[in-house]
Amino acid sequence: MSNVIKIKKGLNINLVGEAEKTIKELSTDQYAIKPTDFVGVFPKILVKEGDAVKAGSPLFIDKHRENITFTSPVSGKVREIKRGAKRVLLEIKIESDGKDESIDFGAGDPLKLKREDIVGKLLQSGVWPFIRQRPYSVIANPADDPKAIFISTFDTSPLAPDNDLIVHGQGDAFQKGIDALSQLTSGKVHLNIDANATHSKVFTNSKRVQINEFSGPHPAGNVGVQISRLDPINKGDVVWYLYPQDVLTIGRLFIDGKFDSTRIISLTGSEVLRPAYFKTKLGVNIETLVKNNTTDVNKRYISGNVLTGKKVDLDGFVGFYSTHVTVIPEGDYFEFLGWGLPGFDKFSVSRSYPAFLFKNRKYRLDTNYHGGERAFVMTGQYEKVFPFDIYPMQLLKAIMVEDIDLMENLGIYEVDEEDFALCEVVDTSKTEIQVLVRKGLDLIRKEMS
Amino acid sequence: MKVLRDFLDKQKPHFVKGGKFEKLHSTFDAFETFLFVPNKVTTSGAHIRDAIDMKRTMIIVVLALLPPLIFGIWNVGYQHFLSMGMPYDFWPMFSFGLIKVLPIIIVSYVVGLAIEFAFAQSRHHEVNEGFLVSGMLIPLVMPPDVPLWMVAVATAFAVIIGKEVFGGTGMNILNPALTARAFLFFAYPSDMSGDKVWIAEKADAYSGATPLGHLLVLDVDKLPSDWSMFLGTIPGSIGETSTLAIILGAIVLIATGIGSARIMLSVIAGGLGMGLLFNLWGANAYMNIPAYQHLIMGGFAFGTVYMATDPVSASQTAKGKIYYGFLIGVIAVLIRVFNPAYPEGMMLAILLMNVFSPLIDHYVLQSNIKKRLKRAKSAVSA
Repeated sequence: MSNVIKIKKGLNINLVGEAEKTIKELSTDQYAIKPTDFVGVFPKILVKEGDAVKAGSPLFIDKHRENITFTSPVSGKVREIKRGAKRVLLEIKIESDGKDESIDFGAGDPLKLKREDIVGKLLQSGVWPFIRQRPYSVIANPADDPKAIFISTFDTSPLAPDNDLIVHGQGDAFQKGIDALSQLTSGKVHLNIDANATHSKVFTNSKRVQINEFSGPHPAGNVGVQISRLDPINKGDVVWYLYPQDVLTIGRLFIDGKFDSTRIISLTGSEVLRPAYFKTKLGVNIETLVKNNTTDVNKRYISGNVLTGKKVDLDGFVGFYSTHVTVIPEGDYFEFLGWGLPGFDKFSVSRSYPAFLFKNRKYRLDTNYHGGERAFVMTGQYEKVFPFDIYPMQLLKAIMVEDIDLMENLGIYEVDEEDFALCEVVDTSKTEIQVLVRKGLDLIRKEMS
Repeated sequence: MKVLRDFLDKQKPHFVKGGKFEKLHSTFDAFETFLFVPNKVTTSGAHIRDAIDMKRTMIIVVLALLPPLIFGIWNVGYQHFLSMGMPYDFWPMFSFGLIKVLPIIIVSYVVGLAIEFAFAQSRHHEVNEGFLVSGMLIPLVMPPDVPLWMVAVATAFAVIIGKEVFGGTGMNILNPALTARAFLFFAYPSDMSGDKVWIAEKADAYSGATPLGHLLVLDVDKLPSDWSMFLGTIPGSIGETSTLAIILGAIVLIATGIGSARIMLSVIAGGLGMGLLFNLWGANAYMNIPAYQHLIMGGFAFGTVYMATDPVSASQTAKGKIYYGFLIGVIAVLIRVFNPAYPEGMMLAILLMNVFSPLIDHYVLQSNIKKRLKRAKSAVSA
């Protein structure tokens, strides 16, 4: 096996509310697919309220790339098509009939199928959107030949789900998924594992992949960091990436011929009474997930982790790419002279608070900004949590002034919002860094198309 | 605190858009956020944020300025009593210093903050905390006998021309406090140099020259002992004399990670290196003083710890900080020894490097860009 790639810069944020390693079955009838989860997709709806659907029935397609189909995760009927301001399509809610009927896309051994058949099956079943590309983090283009495919099997974000547990006993499906992916690229499939924490044979015994070992703090588990160490993206390069549960879905498609949207979601956070894993389907309703299991305070529900997840309402749904739900307290309170007191209980990376003395403390953090937004003043802060050979602040400034050439030169193709999440957390100036990075990526993508 | 909070909540509607005092929104906001960290919550991006903010950062720097301030107040009294040949009792000396220094601090803060508030108001911005530090730095780099109106004019110049015309804190090219000092130095040289101004209400017969003043005329023999220069019991600007007090401040800045140790060390390396080079040359008595003496004389230590490290006007890349700091040290000593018109080179060295720091960063970035282009090319050819 290859040498361990050590990530030095970064930060592990220890939070209260780690999920107990048990998987509970969760059955409910409320699911939804949210077109807003897909960067750059303009949905063209194919169903009406009341239509009957099966798992794998098309719900909408992308106007720009009509072969990319988004399908229903369960069988039942379309309960509601929810639109927001300017008629933006927000949610397509599906009421499950509990029968789990699925359209048959036909089983088959991916190693014996041709590339176009594999691609066709993935597109038709609605599994394709799980495969995304760098740069831009948009759904991969089936016509591209990516220079590599990256699968990160470990998540280093706060309260991250344990993928060893999630894939347990599903070695066949995982290997089938890998087999399918290996047919999609002329380059390598990289399976990246945590040198210290990944023990599952499902990962370590995988074939037709290059297994790479990583160690270090968050964001070591981000594909962005892994790509930058193994096969950095230059202008014009395309790398595809996905996560273990997505590989399982692909594998099951080739084993059973069905779109099996089973997902194991970890419910975590300080406001969850009994944090645990739940076996359910894609796009499950938040309310049923957290039922009778949260504290009484004013809470923030996050589809994803606290760094990159999306805020969702209690009657909302888990996002397409989320396998993780976090519930933390809202921070809508005033704090008297908060900046001037010693602040023994506060979380801070800066040594201006005593937090650095308590390295192993677990925090119950809320959503307060802890200060007002300012111009960039402090320097050298981001670099400590940003393990790329990129000057983060200079790149952000290039985005602010919309200088496309400079953005390219400073390495915008190698990064994504999630890679800047820690910069945003530690930032003294309270700049909305992830929004800014997304803006830069969108600008470049527009310029390139 | 509930009472205070309720009071603010009651007043708030008057200051928002459409309220009676809409125009004073920034002022209200400044006081409100001073008293209470706002209840604003994250909406996108990271849901949790570090407890540090600009107020915390700036208050730490002000804290780090307290040792030289307190020592400076005492020393103003001490130098005065010394020149008069009066007995040295702590409290009389300290209170004499306080009477001298406090008005300068008040003038600096009042003038500077008034301008900051006015600009924030006209731009509909929040008031930035940067001046909390500048307002303390300005008095500390003034001679104790400086007329208050000069402090006011210099502060106004620094805040308006040095900072606000560029867009406020974070956008300025020059360090505002040094801009204030440079303004006075060039506009009113007789009040900012020579041997009359460094001791408040000095007895006429007593020589009040600073160590740098002695060296300017190559009076090496009149130099105070290393020990008194290190402790700071010498004439000079209010906050600059005591290397010991400044080291205490430096410890605070480095321990909290607010001040860049990288810059401080680079400046010291630059100053020592240049001093040693002059020792080798040895063309006159000034060149022959031990290199370490440059570090404990004049404003070298103060500039190193509090001025060169200003993150806005310094280089912003880690590599750039090393070049930036080193060159400050080199140029400061160079100016001291070579240019008889400017006894203190530190101020000019820092201002000069402030101007050049974007250029340094530019070259650091270019090397990163070149590396990336080279990688792309080799990927294509491979």
